[in-house]
Amino acid sequence: MLGPQSNFVMYDEEFKRINTVIEKLLREANSKVIFLVDKNGQLITAVGETEHLDTTSLASLTAGNIAATGGLAKLIGEKEFSILFHEGEKDNLHISIVASRVILVVIFDSRSSLGLVRLRVKKASDELTVIFQDLAKKAEEMEKGGNAQSPFAEITDDDIDNLFS
Amino acid sequence: MSFINYASREINCKIVYYGPGLCGKTTNLQYVYQKTDPDAKGKMISLATETERTLFFDFLPLALGEIRGFKTRFHLYTVPGQVFYDASRKLILKGVDGVVFVADSQEERLDANIESLENLKINLEEQGYDLEKIPFVVQYNKCDLPNITPIEELRKLLNPGNVPDYEACATTGEGVFETLKAVAKLILIDLKKGGA
Repeated sequence: MLGPQSNFVMYDEEFKRINTVIEKLLREANSKVIFLVDKNGQLITAVGETEHLDTTSLASLTAGNIAATGGLAKLIGEKEFSILFHEGEKDNLHISIVASRVILVVIFDSRSSLGLVRLRVKKASDELTVIFQDLAKKAEEMEKGGNAQSPFAEITDDDIDNLFS
Repeated sequence: MSFINYASREINCKIVYYGPGLCGKTTNLQYVYQKTDPDAKGKMISLATETERTLFFDFLPLALGEIRGFKTRFHLYTVPGQVFYDASRKLILKGVDGVVFVADSQEERLDANIESLENLKINLEEQGYDLEKIPFVVQYNKCDLPNITPIEELRKLLNPGNVPDYEACATTGEGVFETLKAVAKLILIDLKKGGA
C-alpha cells in the first residue's frame, strides 16, 4: 500500500469503477447515502441523497471517529476496529475500513437493516479493495516510470500568488 | 500527504495548527472563518468541552481557487493544546501537509511553548515526518499584550530553523492571514517539487 507520506492520487478510470461499485451497493443495501473517505479526512466520493448533507464535514468527522476508535483499539491490543455502527432514531451509520486505507460509510434507515447492510458491504469491500490495489500499483508504476509528474510541477510563483490576491 | 483527484480535478491539503493550550489556535481558525467569503468556506466544526476548550479538533475547509485547472482546497485543523490530550494530537497529525506552530508570546508561557514544540517534533517523528523537511511556519501570537518575551528571544528558542514567522494578534486578526498564506504557499511549492 501507499506509504504514509506519498500523495494519494485518484485517476478517472478508478474513480468511475469505484462509483459503479458504491452505486450498486446503494441499491442493493437499500441505503440512503454512501460515501468514501480517505483516512486523513478527505472525501473521495459520495452517492445517494447527498444534496442536504455537508459531506465535507461528514468526511472529516468520520476520519476523526475512525482515528479515535483506532487509538482505542491499539490501547487494548487490537490492530483496529474494522466496523463501527451508530444507531439513531431514524438514520443509522455503518462505517467500515476498506483496504486498510479508506473508510466506507453507509447511511440507512428502516427501509434496510443492519444485517443486509453488513452483508452487502462485505461484498462491495472486496471489490473496492481490488480497485484500490490497482490504484496503488498504478501510482507506483507512474513513479517508477518517471511519469509521476505532479500536475503542479509547472506552476509558477505567480500562480501561487494569484490564489491569494 | 495531499489528495490529488484527477476525476474531479481537485487537490486537497491538510494544515494543522499546533501549540500550547490557550495560545489561540482556535481563535486563528475563527478569524479565518469570519473573514472568508461564504462561497469559499465550509462549516467550521469545533469539538470542544463545555468551557470551550478544544477536546478533539476544530475543522475548517477552505477553497482557495484554481491552479492550472485544479481546485485547491485546504483543510485547516487545530489540535487540543492541553498536555494531557497527547493521544488526540497524534491522531490529528496523520496525513498532515503543513504545520503552523502558534506560540503564546507571554513570558509566563515560554516554557509551555518550548514543551509543545518538542512534543510536535516527537509526534511528527512517530508518523515518519521530519519537522525540518515539511512546510512549517511559526506565529508569535498575543503580541499586543504587555508582558511578552522579546521577539528575538522567541525566535531563537522557537524558530532555530529560520522558517517564515509572523507576529500576530489572533483576536484582531493581525498576522492571521499572513501565517495561513505562508504555510499554504510552502505546501504548494512542495507539491511543485513533486510531493513530500
